[in-house]
Amino acid sequence: MEPKPRWLTILDIVTIVLLVIATYMVFFYAPMERVMGQVQRVFYFHVAAGWVGMLGFLVAAIAGGVYLKNSRRYWDIVSLAAVEIGMVFAFINVVTGAIWARPIWNTWWTWDPRLTTATIMLLIYAAYLMLRAGIEDPDRRARFGAVYAIVGFLSVPLTFFSARLFRTIHPVVIGSNQPGAEGAFDMTPLMLQAFMFSLLTFSFIFADLIWHRVRLGELADKVESLKLKTMA
Amino acid sequence: MMLFTQLLQEAPAETTGYMIAGYAVIFGVMLLYVASLYIRKRNLLRDLEVLEEMEGDE
Repeated sequence: MEPKPRWLTILDIVTIVLLVIATYMVFFYAPMERVMGQVQRVFYFHVAAGWVGMLGFLVAAIAGGVYLKNSRRYWDIVSLAAVEIGMVFAFINVVTGAIWARPIWNTWWTWDPRLTTATIMLLIYAAYLMLRAGIEDPDRRARFGAVYAIVGFLSVPLTFFSARLFRTIHPVVIGSNQPGAEGAFDMTPLMLQAFMFSLLTFSFIFADLIWHRVRLGELADKVESLKLKTMA
Repeated sequence: MMLFTQLLQEAPAETTGYMIAGYAVIFGVMLLYVASLYIRKRNLLRDLEVLEEMEGDE
Protein backbone atom coordinates (compact mmCIF):
# COMPACT_ATOMS: atom_id res chain seq x y z
CA MET A 1 0.00 0.00 0.00
CA GLU A 2 1.29 3.43 -0.90
CA PRO A 3 2.16 5.66 2.10
CA LYS A 4 -0.63 7.93 3.26
CA PRO A 5 -0.45 11.23 1.35
CA ARG A 6 0.17 14.37 3.40
CA TRP A 7 -2.96 15.97 1.96
CA LEU A 8 -5.07 13.10 3.26
CA THR A 9 -3.71 13.63 6.79
CA ILE A 10 -4.53 17.35 6.45
CA LEU A 11 -8.03 16.48 5.21
CA ASP A 12 -8.50 14.10 8.19
CA ILE A 13 -7.60 16.89 10.63
CA VAL A 14 -9.73 19.55 8.89
CA THR A 15 -12.71 17.15 8.81
CA ILE A 16 -12.45 16.34 12.53
CA VAL A 17 -12.18 20.05 13.40
CA LEU A 18 -15.21 20.85 11.22
CA LEU A 19 -17.21 18.03 12.82
CA VAL A 20 -16.43 19.36 16.31
CA ILE A 21 -17.48 22.90 15.30
CA ALA A 22 -20.65 21.64 13.56
CA THR A 23 -21.59 19.61 16.66
CA TYR A 24 -21.04 22.68 18.83
CA MET A 25 -23.21 24.78 16.50
CA VAL A 26 -26.01 22.21 16.51
CA PHE A 27 -26.16 21.94 20.31
CA PHE A 28 -25.12 25.38 21.56
CA TYR A 29 -25.29 27.91 18.70
CA ALA A 30 -28.62 27.14 17.04
CA PRO A 31 -31.62 28.01 19.19
CA MET A 32 -34.12 25.40 20.32
CA GLU A 33 -37.22 25.18 18.13
CA ARG A 34 -40.25 26.33 20.12
CA VAL A 35 -42.76 23.61 19.22
CA MET A 36 -40.71 20.43 18.63
CA GLY A 37 -38.13 21.07 21.34
CA GLN A 38 -34.69 19.40 21.36
CA VAL A 39 -35.50 16.70 18.78
CA GLN A 40 -35.51 19.34 16.05
CA ARG A 41 -31.69 19.42 16.42
CA VAL A 42 -31.60 15.99 14.75
CA PHE A 43 -32.65 17.81 11.56
CA TYR A 44 -29.17 19.36 10.97
CA PHE A 45 -27.26 16.08 10.67
CA HIS A 46 -30.30 14.18 9.33
CA VAL A 47 -30.46 16.37 6.21
CA ALA A 48 -26.66 16.51 5.92
CA ALA A 49 -26.51 12.69 6.01
CA GLY A 50 -29.22 12.54 3.32
CA TRP A 51 -27.15 14.94 1.21
CA VAL A 52 -24.02 12.77 1.54
CA GLY A 53 -26.06 9.67 0.70
CA MET A 54 -27.31 11.20 -2.53
CA LEU A 55 -23.89 12.68 -3.32
CA GLY A 56 -22.37 9.22 -2.94
CA PHE A 57 -24.86 7.71 -5.38
CA LEU A 58 -24.24 10.55 -7.85
CA VAL A 59 -20.46 10.03 -7.68
CA ALA A 60 -21.03 6.27 -8.12
CA ALA A 61 -23.07 6.86 -11.28
CA ILE A 62 -20.49 9.27 -12.73
CA ALA A 63 -17.60 6.91 -11.89
CA GLY A 64 -19.60 4.06 -13.44
CA GLY A 65 -20.01 6.08 -16.64
CA VAL A 66 -16.29 6.85 -16.75
CA TYR A 67 -15.49 3.15 -16.22
CA LEU A 68 -17.71 2.11 -19.12
CA LYS A 69 -15.87 4.61 -21.29
CA ASN A 70 -12.25 3.81 -20.42
CA SER A 71 -12.42 0.42 -18.57
CA ARG A 72 -9.91 1.58 -15.96
CA ARG A 73 -10.31 -0.46 -12.73
CA TYR A 74 -9.74 2.68 -10.68
CA TRP A 75 -13.19 4.03 -11.61
CA ASP A 76 -14.87 0.81 -10.53
CA ILE A 77 -13.14 1.17 -7.16
CA VAL A 78 -14.37 4.79 -6.90
CA SER A 79 -17.91 3.75 -7.84
CA LEU A 80 -18.01 0.99 -5.22
CA ALA A 81 -16.51 3.30 -2.56
CA ALA A 82 -19.13 5.97 -3.30
CA VAL A 83 -22.01 3.48 -3.09
CA GLU A 84 -20.75 2.10 0.21
CA ILE A 85 -20.43 5.56 1.78
CA GLY A 86 -23.76 6.63 0.27
CA MET A 87 -25.40 3.58 1.88
CA VAL A 88 -23.97 4.37 5.31
CA PHE A 89 -25.26 7.94 5.23
CA ALA A 90 -28.61 7.11 3.61
CA PHE A 91 -29.09 4.59 6.44
CA ILE A 92 -28.29 7.27 9.04
CA ASN A 93 -30.76 9.56 7.28
CA VAL A 94 -33.60 7.03 7.37
CA VAL A 95 -33.01 5.94 10.99
CA THR A 96 -32.70 9.48 12.36
CA GLY A 97 -35.81 10.42 10.39
CA ALA A 98 -37.74 7.65 12.16
CA ILE A 99 -36.42 8.85 15.54
CA TRP A 100 -37.54 12.41 14.77
CA ALA A 101 -40.91 11.20 13.50
CA ARG A 102 -41.82 9.35 16.71
CA PRO A 103 -42.56 12.46 18.84
CA ILE A 104 -43.57 14.69 15.89
CA TRP A 105 -45.79 12.37 13.81
CA ASN A 106 -46.56 10.08 16.73
CA THR A 107 -45.23 7.09 14.78
CA TRP A 108 -41.81 5.65 13.97
CA TRP A 109 -42.77 4.93 10.38
CA THR A 110 -45.44 5.67 7.79
CA TRP A 111 -45.54 4.73 4.10
CA ASP A 112 -45.32 8.36 3.03
CA PRO A 113 -43.93 8.98 -0.53
CA ARG A 114 -40.63 10.41 0.76
CA LEU A 115 -40.05 7.61 3.26
CA THR A 116 -41.04 4.96 0.74
CA THR A 117 -38.79 6.28 -2.05
CA ALA A 118 -35.87 6.68 0.39
CA THR A 119 -36.30 3.06 1.51
CA ILE A 120 -36.48 1.83 -2.09
CA MET A 121 -33.30 3.79 -2.88
CA LEU A 122 -31.53 2.21 0.07
CA LEU A 123 -32.67 -1.29 -0.95
CA ILE A 124 -31.58 -0.75 -4.56
CA TYR A 125 -28.03 0.00 -3.41
CA ALA A 126 -28.05 -2.80 -0.84
CA ALA A 127 -28.88 -5.13 -3.75
CA TYR A 128 -25.97 -3.59 -5.69
CA LEU A 129 -23.52 -4.61 -2.96
CA MET A 130 -25.00 -8.11 -2.65
CA LEU A 131 -25.07 -8.77 -6.40
CA ARG A 132 -21.50 -7.51 -6.82
CA ALA A 133 -20.35 -9.91 -4.14
CA GLY A 134 -21.78 -12.77 -6.19
CA ILE A 135 -19.72 -12.09 -9.33
CA GLU A 136 -16.21 -13.53 -9.31
CA ASP A 137 -14.78 -12.22 -12.57
CA PRO A 138 -13.43 -8.69 -11.75
CA ASP A 139 -14.10 -7.25 -15.24
CA ARG A 140 -17.64 -8.59 -15.39
CA ARG A 141 -18.26 -7.36 -11.86
CA ALA A 142 -17.00 -3.90 -12.74
CA ARG A 143 -19.11 -3.68 -15.91
CA PHE A 144 -22.19 -4.87 -14.05
CA GLY A 145 -21.48 -2.42 -11.20
CA ALA A 146 -21.10 0.50 -13.59
CA VAL A 147 -24.41 -0.16 -15.38
CA TYR A 148 -26.20 -0.79 -12.08
CA ALA A 149 -24.84 2.42 -10.51
CA ILE A 150 -26.10 4.45 -13.49
CA VAL A 151 -29.56 2.82 -13.63
CA GLY A 152 -29.88 2.77 -9.82
CA PHE A 153 -29.27 6.50 -9.74
CA LEU A 154 -32.78 7.02 -11.13
CA SER A 155 -34.02 6.39 -7.59
CA VAL A 156 -32.11 9.42 -6.27
CA PRO A 157 -33.97 12.29 -8.02
CA LEU A 158 -37.19 10.36 -7.43
CA THR A 159 -36.46 10.41 -3.68
CA PHE A 160 -35.35 14.04 -3.71
CA PHE A 161 -38.41 15.31 -5.56
CA SER A 162 -40.94 12.97 -3.92
CA ALA A 163 -41.63 15.47 -1.12
CA ARG A 164 -42.21 18.17 -3.74
CA LEU A 165 -44.19 16.21 -6.33
CA PHE A 166 -46.46 14.01 -4.24
CA ARG A 167 -48.83 14.70 -1.40
CA THR A 168 -46.68 14.09 1.66
CA ILE A 169 -46.41 14.90 5.35
CA HIS A 170 -42.62 15.13 5.11
CA PRO A 171 -41.43 18.75 5.48
CA VAL A 172 -39.31 20.34 2.73
CA VAL A 173 -36.20 22.32 3.71
CA ILE A 174 -35.69 24.25 0.48
CA GLY A 175 -38.86 25.35 -1.28
CA SER A 176 -42.45 25.46 -0.15
CA ASN A 177 -44.06 22.79 2.00
CA GLN A 178 -47.13 20.77 1.06
CA PRO A 179 -50.25 21.84 2.97
CA GLY A 180 -50.21 18.50 4.82
CA ALA A 181 -46.54 18.70 5.90
CA GLU A 182 -46.17 18.03 9.62
CA GLY A 183 -43.14 19.17 11.60
CA ALA A 184 -42.23 22.04 9.27
CA PHE A 185 -40.67 25.14 10.86
CA ASP A 186 -39.20 28.48 9.86
CA MET A 187 -35.43 28.53 10.18
CA THR A 188 -33.98 31.49 12.07
CA PRO A 189 -30.66 32.93 10.74
CA LEU A 190 -28.71 31.04 13.44
CA MET A 191 -30.46 27.78 12.53
CA LEU A 192 -29.68 28.39 8.86
CA GLN A 193 -26.01 28.98 9.66
CA ALA A 194 -25.83 25.74 11.68
CA PHE A 195 -27.60 23.91 8.86
CA MET A 196 -25.30 25.22 6.10
CA PHE A 197 -22.24 24.48 8.23
CA SER A 198 -23.48 20.93 8.79
CA LEU A 199 -23.85 20.46 5.03
CA LEU A 200 -20.30 21.73 4.49
CA THR A 201 -18.93 19.48 7.25
CA PHE A 202 -20.63 16.38 5.87
CA SER A 203 -19.28 17.19 2.39
CA PHE A 204 -15.78 17.15 3.91
CA ILE A 205 -16.58 13.88 5.70
CA PHE A 206 -17.59 12.42 2.34
CA ALA A 207 -14.39 13.60 0.63
CA ASP A 208 -12.26 12.23 3.46
CA LEU A 209 -14.03 8.87 3.66
CA ILE A 210 -14.05 8.30 -0.10
CA TRP A 211 -10.32 8.96 -0.31
CA HIS A 212 -9.70 6.39 2.45
CA ARG A 213 -12.15 3.92 0.90
CA VAL A 214 -10.60 4.23 -2.56
CA ARG A 215 -7.15 3.52 -1.08
CA LEU A 216 -8.63 0.47 0.64
CA GLY A 217 -10.22 -0.61 -2.65
CA GLU A 218 -6.88 -0.33 -4.44
CA LEU A 219 -5.27 -2.45 -1.74
CA ALA A 220 -8.06 -5.05 -2.02
CA ASP A 221 -7.57 -5.08 -5.79
CA LYS A 222 -3.85 -5.71 -5.37
CA VAL A 223 -4.50 -8.56 -2.91
CA GLU A 224 -7.11 -10.09 -5.23
CA SER A 225 -4.83 -10.06 -8.26
CA LEU A 226 -1.96 -11.52 -6.18
CA LYS A 227 -4.31 -14.28 -4.98
CA LEU A 228 -5.33 -15.10 -8.55
CA LYS A 229 -1.67 -15.12 -9.61
CA THR A 230 -0.69 -17.42 -6.71
CA MET A 231 -3.56 -19.82 -7.42
CA ALA A 232 -2.78 -20.00 -11.16
CA MET B 1 -54.30 31.74 35.60
CA MET B 2 -54.62 32.68 31.94
CA LEU B 3 -50.94 33.63 31.83
CA PHE B 4 -50.05 30.29 33.46
CA THR B 5 -52.08 28.38 30.83
CA GLN B 6 -50.45 30.41 28.06
CA LEU B 7 -46.98 29.64 29.46
CA LEU B 8 -47.83 25.95 29.58
CA GLN B 9 -49.04 26.00 25.98
CA GLU B 10 -45.90 27.73 24.76
CA ALA B 11 -43.48 25.35 26.45
CA PRO B 12 -41.72 23.18 23.82
CA ALA B 13 -42.32 19.44 23.83
CA GLU B 14 -39.92 17.41 25.99
CA THR B 15 -38.06 15.47 23.30
CA THR B 16 -34.48 15.41 24.63
CA GLY B 17 -34.37 11.60 24.75
CA TYR B 18 -35.13 11.38 21.02
CA MET B 19 -32.43 13.92 20.23
CA ILE B 20 -29.88 11.88 22.20
CA ALA B 21 -31.01 8.70 20.42
CA GLY B 22 -30.66 10.44 17.04
CA TYR B 23 -27.13 11.64 17.68
CA ALA B 24 -26.14 8.29 19.20
CA VAL B 25 -27.14 6.68 15.87
CA ILE B 26 -25.32 9.32 13.80
CA PHE B 27 -22.01 9.11 15.70
CA GLY B 28 -22.35 5.38 16.39
CA VAL B 29 -22.83 4.42 12.72
CA MET B 30 -20.05 6.77 11.54
CA LEU B 31 -17.68 5.35 14.15
CA LEU B 32 -18.56 1.78 13.19
CA TYR B 33 -17.89 2.56 9.53
CA VAL B 34 -14.49 4.12 10.29
CA ALA B 35 -13.66 1.08 12.47
CA SER B 36 -14.68 -1.24 9.62
CA LEU B 37 -12.33 0.63 7.25
CA TYR B 38 -9.48 0.23 9.75
CA ILE B 39 -10.14 -3.49 10.34
CA ARG B 40 -10.46 -4.26 6.62
CA LYS B 41 -7.20 -2.41 5.92
CA ARG B 42 -5.39 -4.31 8.69
CA ASN B 43 -6.65 -7.67 7.38
CA LEU B 44 -5.74 -6.83 3.78
CA LEU B 45 -2.22 -5.79 4.79
CA ARG B 46 -1.85 -9.13 6.60
CA ASP B 47 -3.07 -11.01 3.49
CA LEU B 48 -0.72 -9.01 1.30
CA GLU B 49 2.24 -9.87 3.53
CA VAL B 50 1.43 -13.61 3.36
CA LEU B 51 0.88 -13.52 -0.41
CA GLU B 52 4.15 -11.67 -1.01
CA GLU B 53 5.97 -14.23 1.14
CA MET B 54 4.39 -17.06 -0.87
CA GLU B 55 5.38 -15.36 -4.11
CA GLY B 56 8.95 -14.94 -2.83
CA ASP B 57 9.17 -18.64 -1.93
CA GLU B 58 8.17 -19.59 -5.47
